[in-house]
Amino acid sequence: MSLDGLLFQALNGLAGASALFLVAAGLSIIFGVSRIVNLAHGSFYMLGIYLAGTLAGGFGGAFGFWAGVIGAVLVVAALGALTEIALLRRIYAAPELYQLLATFALALIVNDAVLYLWGPEDILGPRAPGLEGAIDLLGRRLPTYDIFLALVGPAVLIGLHLLLARSRFGRLIRAATEDREMAAALGVNEKVLFTAVFALGAGLAALGGALQMAREPASLSLDLAVLGDAFVIVVVGGLGSIPGAYVAAVLVAEVKALCIALGTVSVGGFEVNLSKLTLVAEFLVMAIVLIVRPNGLFGRPQPPARVAGRGEPPLRPMGRNGGIVALGVVAALALLPLAEGAFPYAPVLAVDMLVAVIFATSLHFIMGPGGMHSFGHAAYFGLGAYGAAYAATQLGAPTFAALAAGIVAAGLGALVFGWFAVRLSGVYLAMLTLAFAQIVWSIAYQWEAVTGGSNGLFGVWPDAPLDTRAGLYLAALGGALVVVLLLRRVLFAPFGYALRASRDSPLRAEAVGIATGRVQWLGFALAGALCGLAGGLFAFAKGSISPEAISVGRSIDGLVMVLLGGVESLLGPIVGAGAFTLLQDSVMRETDYWRALLGALILAIVLIFPGGLMGGAARLWALATRRAAR
Amino acid sequence: MSVLTVRSLSKSYGGVRALDDVSFSVAAGELLALIGPNGAGKSTCFNIVNGQIRPDAGHVWIGGREVTGLAPRRIARLGVGRTFQIAAVFGSMTAVENVQMAMIAARGQSFGLWRPAAAHHRQAALELLGRVGMAELAERPAATLAYGDVKRLELAVALAGEPVLLLMDEPTAGMGAGERGALIALVRELVTERRLAALFTEHSMDVVFAHADRVIVLARGKLIADGSADAVRADPQVRAVYLGSGAAMAEEDGHP
Amino acid sequence: MSAPLSRFRLRLVLPALLLAFSICGQARAADPIRIGELNSYKAQPAFLDPYKKGMELAVDEINAAGGVNGRQLELITRDDGGNPGDAIRVAEELVTREKVDVLAGTFLSHIGLAVAGYADKRKVFFLAAEPLTDKITWSDGNRYTFRLRASTYMQVAMLMPEAVAAQKKRWALVYPNYEYGQSAVDTFKKLLKAAQPDVEFVAEQATPLGKLDAGPVVQAIADAKPDAVFNVLFAADLAKFVREAQTRGALEGVFVASLLSGEPEYLDPLKGEAPVGWVVTGYPWYAIDTPEHKAFLDAYRAKYNDYPRLGSVVGYTTIKSLAAGFAKAGGTDTEKLVEAFKGLEVAGPFGPFQYRASDHQATMGAFVGRLGVKDGGGVMLDPKYVDGLSVLPSDAEVKALRPAAD
Repeated sequence: MSLDGLLFQALNGLAGASALFLVAAGLSIIFGVSRIVNLAHGSFYMLGIYLAGTLAGGFGGAFGFWAGVIGAVLVVAALGALTEIALLRRIYAAPELYQLLATFALALIVNDAVLYLWGPEDILGPRAPGLEGAIDLLGRRLPTYDIFLALVGPAVLIGLHLLLARSRFGRLIRAATEDREMAAALGVNEKVLFTAVFALGAGLAALGGALQMAREPASLSLDLAVLGDAFVIVVVGGLGSIPGAYVAAVLVAEVKALCIALGTVSVGGFEVNLSKLTLVAEFLVMAIVLIVRPNGLFGRPQPPARVAGRGEPPLRPMGRNGGIVALGVVAALALLPLAEGAFPYAPVLAVDMLVAVIFATSLHFIMGPGGMHSFGHAAYFGLGAYGAAYAATQLGAPTFAALAAGIVAAGLGALVFGWFAVRLSGVYLAMLTLAFAQIVWSIAYQWEAVTGGSNGLFGVWPDAPLDTRAGLYLAALGGALVVVLLLRRVLFAPFGYALRASRDSPLRAEAVGIATGRVQWLGFALAGALCGLAGGLFAFAKGSISPEAISVGRSIDGLVMVLLGGVESLLGPIVGAGAFTLLQDSVMRETDYWRALLGALILAIVLIFPGGLMGGAARLWALATRRAAR
Repeated sequence: MSVLTVRSLSKSYGGVRALDDVSFSVAAGELLALIGPNGAGKSTCFNIVNGQIRPDAGHVWIGGREVTGLAPRRIARLGVGRTFQIAAVFGSMTAVENVQMAMIAARGQSFGLWRPAAAHHRQAALELLGRVGMAELAERPAATLAYGDVKRLELAVALAGEPVLLLMDEPTAGMGAGERGALIALVRELVTERRLAALFTEHSMDVVFAHADRVIVLARGKLIADGSADAVRADPQVRAVYLGSGAAMAEEDGHP
Repeated sequence: MSAPLSRFRLRLVLPALLLAFSICGQARAADPIRIGELNSYKAQPAFLDPYKKGMELAVDEINAAGGVNGRQLELITRDDGGNPGDAIRVAEELVTREKVDVLAGTFLSHIGLAVAGYADKRKVFFLAAEPLTDKITWSDGNRYTFRLRASTYMQVAMLMPEAVAAQKKRWALVYPNYEYGQSAVDTFKKLLKAAQPDVEFVAEQATPLGKLDAGPVVQAIADAKPDAVFNVLFAADLAKFVREAQTRGALEGVFVASLLSGEPEYLDPLKGEAPVGWVVTGYPWYAIDTPEHKAFLDAYRAKYNDYPRLGSVVGYTTIKSLAAGFAKAGGTDTEKLVEAFKGLEVAGPFGPFQYRASDHQATMGAFVGRLGVKDGGGVMLDPKYVDGLSVLPSDAEVKALRPAAD
């Protein structure tokens, strides 16, 4: 590879960086002001590219392209404003992260809406008039549109900088980003500000999408593909820092361009194809940056936003009646296989629900009482699944030993990753856990010899007596019971109290002599290890395991289960996992547009029960007892 | 023998000296007030003793043991209780659970995984709550307590580890005038009864002069006075530096 | 007073609704033959929409002609969630609750393999319609699994004659970084090296599926100065690659052999930008004059007012294959069906083909041709049908590739 070639690839990288930056900037501004983790941001991007293509065709002519871009930005910005007014504004009072659930549902709905409106086929948009060609440079040809894109990034950066630095609107955004209460005290109309910020962020995402129409086809998978990248850029750059987002976008794009440019290289006799690294390049960059600079490249320490658990009610043991009900439920569940003749599918679905219960309960342990929002819990699920599958198929371990191997693998993984993760907090912690999960995913995806690569491992069937549907179900029920009771016991024990103390007030916890870091670390590892059981059971239930078990989607499913059930209740993750699995299984059969239906149901639940199902149940109960008392 | 000894503490922030060669000590059974105008370095001094900040130079001894630069939780375990300017308690626990948690932590039982926390030290925690006048509020979630009660709860939490030294950063901030006097009077009693060494900062001069055994004064990072309430009140340097004129002090003192 | 009350009611109605969802879906009378089909409809809509239409067309035709052995066919389709975990649950649901007689479908290789493993474990007949991976019939093949579509190996082998005839020394490879791309490239390298020992592979770009960084990748390939390129990219990655290569003039005068790019699903979105001269495998529905295909084409257009995609052919032929199997087996007994499928002759839109007894692979072939542009759209010029049997290893070779199955 010549120096010219590398230099030229660096120029290519700049064009890619601009695209990343536009999406990330919008996400950063929205997060900075409203603290909303907007999972629908990729959807705005996708709407941008679809709308721009359609509008450009509609307007036609030389100006059609640009009119399409502007039109798409305006329409999506209006949609962003509408989302904020009609949806998010209703749930700002809910516990932290509930907006995440709402935007997740919105992303599901938008994806199906796009499928309905534009159909399933990829749509390649027009090229930009006047910028179709390429110029000769360094003996190569550089597309003029790439030059244009490379300039758009810095132009938008400067524009945003001027907006933030010079205008009243910008000053309000900065004030709100730094201190919301202070901004409110200054007489800022929060409602209008939030709506405007959401519109601005959505519009920027749409601009990023619209400008891509000259380079790639609009397709239904763009929303998720872009979302992950955008989060990485925002976090690497430092939350709320727009120049940071640009630098991070350049860094990530250049690392990828470099990997591609170097291609296959020889290292000590080994041939390494660096182009394969592009699969995880951004997550490797993020993990390294967060370990070295916990607040990102340009980020400042986060202001302690809303303290999680401030209003959370104290833990109460179940009491005699609750205990009797729980015992009855468990007994009924244990008898379920007797009904297999009438409901042969019941044990099958129930195994998936129980696996979800273990997964969600272990995630809730660190998310709720631990206050650590892990966006990468699938890592431990996957380690457990692969650990068990490898032990069973490659080492010939019996089923129970294989499950134990999965727990050990997951626990070790959580011990290592947790050591880094608990040094951070808030969204940085969330993103570092996500990066770790992506790294584990890419190892599973690429380490053909051990993990079976993208296809995974097969023939992972349990030994007798677990090899029947009923046998496996009872094993899963037993496993779920052990995990739930164990975590419950731990939560009521001093360690659980210390964990909640570390969340409620780290300052106070340290001042009374609690080693908050170590408590959180061990809590993280315990949850990870138990999550490994969910993974192992999953592998045996499915007979196979593939890298999807570690995907971002699974981590998000876990978050959704916990939030859906209610993060402030110990029963929440159990109810949420059961409800989510059941819902998903049902809606998948009901309609071709099951994602939209699932999204709509989740949205309905969030709007009606802003604290999740158990939060809603608690309010209902309070209402009922108050009436009875009257 | 003094419980807390501070020798030649210095700390700078970007060229600004927050603390400059500060030395003092507190003896068992002594209530020492640390006063000074805003920005004098009181909080910095507190946070160094507590272990939250590392000094640029100087030493801190507690009970004859050097603790300079140790983490707050280690210092806590050596018998130092503290309260914060903005009261910090565990919002998701009841009042009595807050105290139990502190007792569990002080005895190194935080990693217990089996026996319920509620069964640990319950009697002792209730007694301590009663001592600070919160017996009736024991089962109330801390998040629902009035601010004055939170302050008293925090005092109980700070006392839960049976400390030899009590650090209180503006223990009465945000309280009404009547509550203030009552709280410091309570502290005064506890200090005497338990032979505690106590160091507190306070804005309200009448509270300070009514209850403190001794007063030290910080101004621009330097210690400018150290003595009894009367001696400090009379110190011309203090009167000159503190709030710019003597008149302000006299007013606060309630003698116009 | 009324507002809080109605909100209160709503809170009661919702859980009831959730419960209702769990109850629906009971087994019906078992008179018709029930085909349980699962596929990644949500994850791969571009391919699977036409696929579903093809299946429904075949079911209609067969039932209108009186069914199989006097029994009607009933097709029960399910989304497999796009991942093996959900897919196995769906397969279980089809087998246990819907009491289907056979399983069919799947698109993605890892899902196909997972369902194949399930079929083996539970002794259920499974016809894998789409997944291309060689493992499903070879290294991980099993008694109960058959596969319809030409495999990765077959698709690559179909391109080999043209690739060898091109007489190029410096080849660059670009492929999506997962099993399909990797095994296509491995096969390509092996076969080309055997035919042309002095060949040199000058660049190898493995790109993340669906997230191709087109500019840098195209540039890296151009910088390696290849005189031929073997491409395995498809869908959105292909469109990005083609446009970027054209803008940069990176592949001018370079011979390109490309897998699947002639399939309407991937070719049509390129419209007038289809890369002229590429040698591809695909489905030129507009240029096949056989009577079998004409009948299929007319019926498809009459029913859907749209032209068929390759997915349509696969869906249609899947059902036709199953019907032929039921007829030959004289029923739906799984073991008999397995035996019936060994050497089963099927007449499809591409003409007659059979399911080999040795590796359970159908010999339905594909078309190879050169891309051109006609009326603002990409087409395959001079397409030739390559019979699947002609590119498959012999029964003896397959025996070694298929260690654990009969």
